[in-house]
Amino acid sequence: MSNSSRTSYSADSRGHSAGTSSGRPAARSAVSGFWLPVATLWQRELVRFWRQKSRVLGVVASPLVFWLLIGSGSGDLGRFFAGALVLTVLFSAIFSTISIIEDRREGFLLSMLVSPASRTSLVLGKILGAATLAWIQGLIFLAFAPLAGVSIGIADVLAVIGAVFLVSFTLTGLGFVIAWRMASTSGFHAIMNLLLVPMWMVSGSLFPMATAHGWIKVVMWVNPLTYSICLLNGLLKLSSGAPGIGVSLLVTACFGLVLLLASGVVANQKSLVSNA
Amino acid sequence: MILAENLSHRYGSRLALSNVNFEVKAGEIFGLLGPNGGGKSTLFRILSTMMAPTGGRAEVAGHDVARDPAAVRRSIGVVFQTQSLDKALTVAENLRAQGHLHGLSGPQLGDRMQQVMERLGLADRRNDIVETLSGGLKRRVEIAKGLLHRPVVLLMDEASTGLDPGARRELWQYVDELRSREGVTILLTTHILDEADRCDRLALLHEGRVVVEGTPAHLRSGIGGDVVVLQAANTEAGADAAELARRIEIRFGLKPSVVDGVLRVEIANGHRFITEVVEAFPGAIDSVGLHKPTLEDVFVHETGALIE
Repeated sequence: MSNSSRTSYSADSRGHSAGTSSGRPAARSAVSGFWLPVATLWQRELVRFWRQKSRVLGVVASPLVFWLLIGSGSGDLGRFFAGALVLTVLFSAIFSTISIIEDRREGFLLSMLVSPASRTSLVLGKILGAATLAWIQGLIFLAFAPLAGVSIGIADVLAVIGAVFLVSFTLTGLGFVIAWRMASTSGFHAIMNLLLVPMWMVSGSLFPMATAHGWIKVVMWVNPLTYSICLLNGLLKLSSGAPGIGVSLLVTACFGLVLLLASGVVANQKSLVSNA
Repeated sequence: MILAENLSHRYGSRLALSNVNFEVKAGEIFGLLGPNGGGKSTLFRILSTMMAPTGGRAEVAGHDVARDPAAVRRSIGVVFQTQSLDKALTVAENLRAQGHLHGLSGPQLGDRMQQVMERLGLADRRNDIVETLSGGLKRRVEIAKGLLHRPVVLLMDEASTGLDPGARRELWQYVDELRSREGVTILLTTHILDEADRCDRLALLHEGRVVVEGTPAHLRSGIGGDVVVLQAANTEAGADAAELARRIEIRFGLKPSVVDGVLRVEIANGHRFITEVVEAFPGAIDSVGLHKPTLEDVFVHETGALIE
């Protein structure tokens, strides 16, 4: 799914740069002009991550502790595993995208924005890089799956690994859309506490949709994150909730695609400096 | 190479730029001099395509900044006042990423990186993490980054901020060399007088307007002969300075400007005026100074305010 979205983006950029590069005779093909920035930004995220390895601890440790406490206390490590896994990915996505706010005001992002690289390629590079980090950290968490009583075949493991990437991609996209227009990191913290964490709480991570009461149940139905949890639970064979694997995959993928497009739209807005 | 026509910009209700007009020719070093808040940063943001102006238009290298920012971005190198380096990456990694953003890659990029690093004395630092570099070295990396893709126009926003005098001198040597050897057109903003003096031409910006424009020598020549600076005695409330100014005006028929309790008189043969004024008002003057007109004097003359 994420592959098809990439293809549509590259087609978009080709049309775009064909219109604007007429002034320069350089033999820079539209394809490499688009993918080179994507690759370099993706690589930059990984190199930074590798040089700040302690970040892993911060991102993976707290969901791990939450999971062990809640899971052991309630005597059901399996039920909370997918939720804690998504929380790991969410933390990583927030961590990566919050840096956009400072980076744009004073930092590397500034010089990216006055470079001829298309906005779309910058967005894709940043999101793919940050999603890859979230994915790696999700996989580290996934290594604890046997403790949750997960026992699945190799094919299923590969499916789970793919699903974790998809969830990483959607949550990074969500963080990007929020962070791009933010003037300060404190605003992002407020949104994190008032939107992202509650969104995670009512996604089936703490209690299943089947036993939810009243309006919360409705909220859970419309919460895209519910489908991410269901997808992981289904693939890990931890529970088979109401939305099946197929529906969950479709909703999660659509959510990711919408966020990617939204990221492209916000980043292509003309003025880069909204406040003096 | 750079053109501003009736350029205006509004942040909400605040007018930050008002009908700014100027033209920079190819190969020139053009300076925007003015106090902070005078409109320099706004102008810089518009020229570097970071935001579109709310009125008028601007062109860089023949392209309209608002209508064709992509073409402008291919022609410009930008050195920001704030840091635009990734501190967790090495010097070479920063430059390589910058090259990729400009569509350079492979051996072509490697050669160019080597060239720029050698020119700026960074070759032995290529594998140093940027965070570990001194302020002066970081600036040099910023400049290397701005020049990597051989821009025809280099825009520098207070590029020497935070540099010690030695590093600033080196920076200017490089800027001069760049212009003479590669013919790069350079526009820079500054509030430092020495720096402004080294530009080919200057525009003085005050409260969003260009108050005067020309070569530094031409601007200074607008002020007759010498500048005499007088410190009135016992200036507690500034009233004494104003009083002294009034008396000088009556006695000598010239109007001193009063800025921060200090009187400035623009006059030919200043040394003669000094003897006369000190004899005329014994005890009313604490100290006297005489100098050839500076750009600060030009700014005071035009706006009644100081730059720094």
